[in-house]
Amino acid sequence: MTRRAVVTGLGVLAPTGIGTKAYWAAALDGRSGLGPMTRMDPSGYPIKVIGEVRDFVPGDLLPSRVVVETALMTQYGLVCADEALRDGELDPGEQPEYEMSVVTANATGGAEFGQREMQNLYAKGPSQVGAYMAIAWFYAANSGQISIRHGMRGPSGVFITDQAGGLDCVGQARRVIRNGSTFALSGGTDSSFSPSGLVGQIPPGLVSLSTDPDRAYLPFDVAADGYTPGEGGAILLVEEAASAQARGVRPYGEIAGYATAFDPHPRTGRGPNLRRAIEGALADARTAPEDVDVVFADGYGVPRLDRLECEALAGVFGPRGVAVTVPKTATGRMYAAGPTVDLVAALLSLRHGVIPSTLNVTAVSPDCPVDLVLGDPREARVRTALVIARGYNGFNAAVVVKAVA
Amino acid sequence: MDELTLDGLREIMRHCVGTGESVNLDGDIRDTAFTDLGYDSLAVLEVVTQVQGRLGVSIPDEALNDIETPGALVEYVASQKAGA
Repeated sequence: MTRRAVVTGLGVLAPTGIGTKAYWAAALDGRSGLGPMTRMDPSGYPIKVIGEVRDFVPGDLLPSRVVVETALMTQYGLVCADEALRDGELDPGEQPEYEMSVVTANATGGAEFGQREMQNLYAKGPSQVGAYMAIAWFYAANSGQISIRHGMRGPSGVFITDQAGGLDCVGQARRVIRNGSTFALSGGTDSSFSPSGLVGQIPPGLVSLSTDPDRAYLPFDVAADGYTPGEGGAILLVEEAASAQARGVRPYGEIAGYATAFDPHPRTGRGPNLRRAIEGALADARTAPEDVDVVFADGYGVPRLDRLECEALAGVFGPRGVAVTVPKTATGRMYAAGPTVDLVAALLSLRHGVIPSTLNVTAVSPDCPVDLVLGDPREARVRTALVIARGYNGFNAAVVVKAVA
Repeated sequence: MDELTLDGLREIMRHCVGTGESVNLDGDIRDTAFTDLGYDSLAVLEVVTQVQGRLGVSIPDEALNDIETPGALVEYVASQKAGA
């Protein structure tokens, strides 16, 4: 019999709040974390509105030795991992170290750390580049540091599949559970708000240049004009179902289905593969479209990409065939962190019977035939939720979570 | 900084490289191995980078093999300064 993977702990760090409780309260209250850029002087950049994590003091939450050797993306991951373990009432020190895995995702690396050391290199010379440059900027630093901190030495890894990574890593976490791990900490974290990190986001031309935090990121809206970048993280404690039952910990839900699909090269003339990812995840979960209660959409906020997502949704569920929401309008697109934060919201929707709404969107485009949850949160019996993620240039992933009977 | 004292090194370790959760740098650390103080090889490299920048001395990577304690690092810097 296949070992089942359930989620027993949540950790979140978002522009709307530090900690799951703060994040969820803001999502239900409709509070936004988007605002004018304060992390650096915005005058030299066309991007004016971003989703910054505020009031994060790493030294209050982590040992100073760890703080100096980590970029913000890793500090977010460590803090989220701590919260997920607390929430799941798990002391890793009491568990066999090779039965605990760490699978994370990251898209933009330790941008601010890398930039600082590159500046040291050019301004002061090679001898003044910090030793931690060797490990801190790298995407895999998050899995490594979480593994070291908690002595979790089971099969581990990292996904670098842009925003889709936030789901791909959870799919892999389920796989390592099936293959024998009892626990896996899994999720995405990203922080790219340094000058070099921000500049890298400009050329694709997908970021909104709006100066109004309430009008910058409007997926599916007639006024959609690009997305707003955000930062943050979410880590889930994924656990083998029988272990959770034996420990007496109530799961938020089961990772019931997962699929990933990469787009064909545009030269081939074949369309994108988002629908294949969605149908693959549903088939994997042995779930019919009509049994899905809510979709946490990718919601790029770019009209062309919004239309593609709506076509895929209409193809699977029929036009306006399922409730759809994009709570990340309140946080911005947090790259690898975004879809894991959506998974947290989906799991909390299962638990609390309420779907957070899509903040700021008011006029859904006629090109987008979706039943978008707008205004107040929608109370609903949620037993099955689908989370969708797309990354830049062709990544697609989908995860189905289900309430545990 | 003209010379590296043990207290000077202590400050560099504490404020530039940080301390672990259960590490006390206040005691007599002169002959305690860096590893026992919670400083792995990369952390020692970071300490040395900071020391080089502040003292204007050069500490080649090969020399690090013999520098296992704060006391050994202080002595090495003093000998470099004396030789300069």
